[in-house]
Amino acid sequence: MILELKNIKKAFPYRNCEEKGITDHKDGDVNQVLKDISISVDAGEIVSIIGPSGSGKSTLLRCATGLETPDSGEIIYADGVKFGLVFQNFNLFPHMSVLDNVSDAPIRVAKKDKKAARQEALKWLDKMGLGDRGAAYPCELSGGQQQRVAIARALAMDPEILFFDEPTSALDPELTGEVLKVIKSLADLHIAMVIVTHEMAFAQDISDRVIFMDGGLIVDEGTPGEVFESANPRTQAFLGRYKSGNW
Amino acid sequence: MSLLTMIAKMSEGFGRTCAIFFLTLIFSLPLGMIVALLRMSKNKVVSAVTRFFISVLRGTPLMLQLLAVTYGPYYLFGISVSRNKLIPVVVAFSINYAAYFAEIYRGGIESISPGQYEAAKVLGYTKVQTFMRIILPQVVKRIMPSVTNEVVTLVKDTSIAFTVSYQEMFTIGKQIANSQTSFVPFVVAGVFYFVFNAIVDFVMGRIEKKLDYYK
Repeated sequence: MILELKNIKKAFPYRNCEEKGITDHKDGDVNQVLKDISISVDAGEIVSIIGPSGSGKSTLLRCATGLETPDSGEIIYADGVKFGLVFQNFNLFPHMSVLDNVSDAPIRVAKKDKKAARQEALKWLDKMGLGDRGAAYPCELSGGQQQRVAIARALAMDPEILFFDEPTSALDPELTGEVLKVIKSLADLHIAMVIVTHEMAFAQDISDRVIFMDGGLIVDEGTPGEVFESANPRTQAFLGRYKSGNW
Repeated sequence: MSLLTMIAKMSEGFGRTCAIFFLTLIFSLPLGMIVALLRMSKNKVVSAVTRFFISVLRGTPLMLQLLAVTYGPYYLFGISVSRNKLIPVVVAFSINYAAYFAEIYRGGIESISPGQYEAAKVLGYTKVQTFMRIILPQVVKRIMPSVTNEVVTLVKDTSIAFTVSYQEMFTIGKQIANSQTSFVPFVVAGVFYFVFNAIVDFVMGRIEKKLDYYK
């Protein structure tokens, strides 16, 4: 086991938003996004987290990666385990070339040798099918290409576990396909991956384990076969549309 | 007095005008960043005090601030007014412009998407690295048009130094105008400022263009 999340709880205060006509929240009202979540991830394991919007999937990833502090619970990484995160909106550094985006953190943060880091960055870009775009700037790339650079950037820090927060939600179907293909190709690296996604076929295909979250709780968990054939009515309701082919 | 003599005399003061201009930029540009960071401090007292000072500096005339810096020490503490007026002029200008630059910097910093900070944090950048390598370069690009505005204003504001009789170009021009009962020195001064600002515009435009390599 390389990561264990124990009894994670997280609430956000409601914000009244007059533009949207939401003004009925009282001070002190909170939105309990994560009610009590425990998850463990093994080395090299691929875990998909699925569930409706607002179910707490992204918040869970943000807690696991230190972007949010849970109200209670524990996050335990095994000794020396490093993680990476791929964002929905890529969050590339616009003022840096693609190569610098990928190699800057290894050089500045991991203090790797400059030349070696750049070579390694090129290797990752090559694996992403972008070996020839190192000199380009993010604004010159398509969304799919930008996301692949972001994946290379995360991989260049040698993570043992890589989180994906809806990596294709900002992309059109064609670009989604190319990014999913690249993520799938990472399976042979034996890096653990935790993927929050709305791409059901992809989750079913790639995962060792699928977690279905709803309302801040884990409703269902198991192999893709188990979850996609689950007898749980809530799981069935959520997956019904996908399975009936109306996805 | 011939036109050429006027121009020659006013040119002598032009060096001092340039001194005010460049020294003010050298001091106020970095000082503004410090003020901006204090203004954005999570410490509410620090941020409120900074905010108050910014509002005073922006809400009162630069001329008044210049008089206060130049003669204030004499009236308050009996310290004799410094003979070299360049010092109070640069001090007053630098503080005043730092307040304006601080607000420009703050706007720039706050316009950077939180995702940039988050990406840097997950990659392990320290706070200082994040600011210097990720945030600041993007801020510089975004604020260039507003900074250009302030720099252009500064060129013209140097003439305010005449209130403390610092012998810069405008002060000399005004003296000539008085002694010769002539309007010509003011026309000469106008041309000087206009040409100076044409150069400023050109240089700032080049810098903006240089930062145009990304969106």
